[in-house]
Amino acid sequence: MAQAAEGKRRGKPRLSNEPEGLGRDELLRAYRDMLLIRRFEEKAGQLYGMGLIGGFCHLYIGQEAVVVGIQMALGEGDQVITSYRDHGHMLACGMEARGVMAELTGREGGYSRGKGGSMHMFSKERNFFGGHGIVGAQVSIGTGLAFSNAYRNQDRVSVTYFGDGASNQGQVFESFNLAALLKLPCIYVIENNKYGMGTSVDRATASRDLSKNAAPWSIPSLQVDGMDVEAVKKAADAAVAHCRAGKGPFLLEMKTYRYRGHSMSDPGRYRSREEIQKMRSERDCIEGARAKLAAFDVDEAVIRGIDEDVKRIVQDSADFAQTSPEPALSELWTDILKEG
Amino acid sequence: MATQILMPALSPTMTEGKLSRWLKSVGDMIKAGDVIAEIETDKATMEVEAVDEGRLSAILVPEGAEGVAVNTPIAVLGEESAVAAAPAPTVAAAPVAAASHAPVAPVAVAAAAEKEWGATAPLSVREALRDAMAAEMRADGDVFLIGEEVAQYQGAYKVSQGLLDEFGARRVIDSPITEHGFTGMAVGAAMNGLKPIVEFMTFNFAMQAIDQIINSAAKTLYMSGGQMGCPIVFRGPNGAASRVGAQHSQCYASWYAHCPGLKVVAPWSAADAKGLLRAAIRDPNPIIFLENEILYGQSFEVPTDPDFVLPIGKAKVEREGTDVTLVAFSIMVGTALKAADALAAQGISAEVINLRTLRPLDTETIVRSVKKTSRIVTIEEGWPYSGIGAEVNMQIIEQCFDWLDAPPARVHGADVPLPYAANLEKLALPQPEWVVDAVRKLF
Repeated sequence: MAQAAEGKRRGKPRLSNEPEGLGRDELLRAYRDMLLIRRFEEKAGQLYGMGLIGGFCHLYIGQEAVVVGIQMALGEGDQVITSYRDHGHMLACGMEARGVMAELTGREGGYSRGKGGSMHMFSKERNFFGGHGIVGAQVSIGTGLAFSNAYRNQDRVSVTYFGDGASNQGQVFESFNLAALLKLPCIYVIENNKYGMGTSVDRATASRDLSKNAAPWSIPSLQVDGMDVEAVKKAADAAVAHCRAGKGPFLLEMKTYRYRGHSMSDPGRYRSREEIQKMRSERDCIEGARAKLAAFDVDEAVIRGIDEDVKRIVQDSADFAQTSPEPALSELWTDILKEG
Repeated sequence: MATQILMPALSPTMTEGKLSRWLKSVGDMIKAGDVIAEIETDKATMEVEAVDEGRLSAILVPEGAEGVAVNTPIAVLGEESAVAAAPAPTVAAAPVAAASHAPVAPVAVAAAAEKEWGATAPLSVREALRDAMAAEMRADGDVFLIGEEVAQYQGAYKVSQGLLDEFGARRVIDSPITEHGFTGMAVGAAMNGLKPIVEFMTFNFAMQAIDQIINSAAKTLYMSGGQMGCPIVFRGPNGAASRVGAQHSQCYASWYAHCPGLKVVAPWSAADAKGLLRAAIRDPNPIIFLENEILYGQSFEVPTDPDFVLPIGKAKVEREGTDVTLVAFSIMVGTALKAADALAAQGISAEVINLRTLRPLDTETIVRSVKKTSRIVTIEEGWPYSGIGAEVNMQIIEQCFDWLDAPPARVHGADVPLPYAANLEKLALPQPEWVVDAVRKLF
């Protein structure tokens, strides 16, 4: 459940009309979206192992509830921006699995026609602004998306995701200041998965509670169980309501966990197998949603149908990503500057 | 013993100013720290404080005098007892012609036919930049200006003077001193379709934000397969001002010109400034617009046509010649023109090219000139290593080596952090004589 950050009594948002949790259909959708990300990432891991995906590849496995829960609170036209661990965000935004996977394999059918790769994908149509490879850079850019909404007086919010590692970057604090100063409708989401690459949060920051990191600017915040999609959705609803009411930015700290390495080449010596196993077996967001679905008496066949559907989409994306041709050699010289 | 009060300099680049008001009269007792007068330049208004004590015995420069050169005696402090009854002879305000910074009239003979814009009027570079922003902001509601001191203070160098009044705080935005953050924010706004003008108080401070400029603004179009343009202008003074030391005196031309995904513009004249800034704001790409603080106060003839605009990517032949091609940009165009005058006196006819844009480079104009003159000297204020001169000369070697009668040469700033001491600073920045010497070695 969402809990107010300790010590933030003043300025704590009131969660009026709090929903009771997700209804049956919402929960089914959340389950399906989280499962799609999980299976997609597993497949990406396989393709990486086969040498079909090169370079860096940062998997989102374990953290699925965060993007799925937040996306459920957003509306048409709201923008999303994140770091390089971005595949889940793109799928949650409604981008096609085919286009994402084909970008991972560097093919013409990818969202950036093979020129961006895992860390650099965008979809104007789905309001997804990347995919950024420089830790923390997306935070000021996301603040700029919020700026553009405010400038145009549009009732849209921008959601800016970053990790616990990025939360120490100077420009994150610069962005908090700017967003609070200009009252920008920006939702900052720290995905605290406990490790910035191989460095645990405790070793990287003297801040013991990241949800308080924006307190000097009086930006309200919530610390949230990011392994529980219902808690995420509920907190996101509060943040979205705050922003849409013109009250300025909001910070969400999502306590989450990644099961896989930082990237594919991570030997993982900074944490124990037991720690990972414990999270997987006790806190997994997909298992959690499945257990809740049982309470709705959802027929097992419905669940199976979703599983099959997801499996089919992911396999199709993998097939497409291997059959889509590599970009034409002339692509080397396009998209450097716009005509004009 | 009488003490002279001298006209003070309000800024590193000020050479003259207006003595707008006397706050003390002859006969008044003055204590150190008293405000005795107000002076102003096109950039700022400031109070003059007395540093010495005594009775004001004479005012040498009357109120309202314009063009008072720095260090001109403006008043005399007598000793306590020596009350100067007789009004001192008033030196009228026509002192010391500001020698060095008189605008260099462009010896304009356009070779490559540039569009004829008709009538002109004199305008300072500072006003030209302001007028360009104002015109584009009137035409397009998506254009806004953000930077430190751009709004209420009217611009650290008064370039944005009046914009807050006309466009309001929504579109002329004072940023906190947080280059990395506000640059990234502007880049995000541009990615979502707005057209920000980001003013850096100087380009030295843009190093705080260079990640956002290169990694985010310049590369995203490519990385997104053409989806995500970033129509944004980064502008502000670049290069050496005067006596401000190494951290405030660097030329970033070659840093930015190195990077695909950017266009880099470096105006010299007020017409360049106005025409190119308007084009930059309209351009759908990220533009680095390198201004020069010393040029801000200089005036040039600028077309009065309300549609006046100049193309990015085209150099201008400022002066035609037959014996050597001088290639320069920004303030060094003035240096090149002075050198060309000196060379003419020695019987050498120099063609002077004002690059105007550094990326994309107008190699066609340079090559055409070198094929005529068979000699080239590049002039830049920045460091030589991997500099603009290195690039221009390499282009010449690649494209018209066989036309050369002498090795390409370059004149550049000394390869040192810029020193503060006046004599050392002068030794580090290209002077017209350096250009003359470099040219003479080619014959």
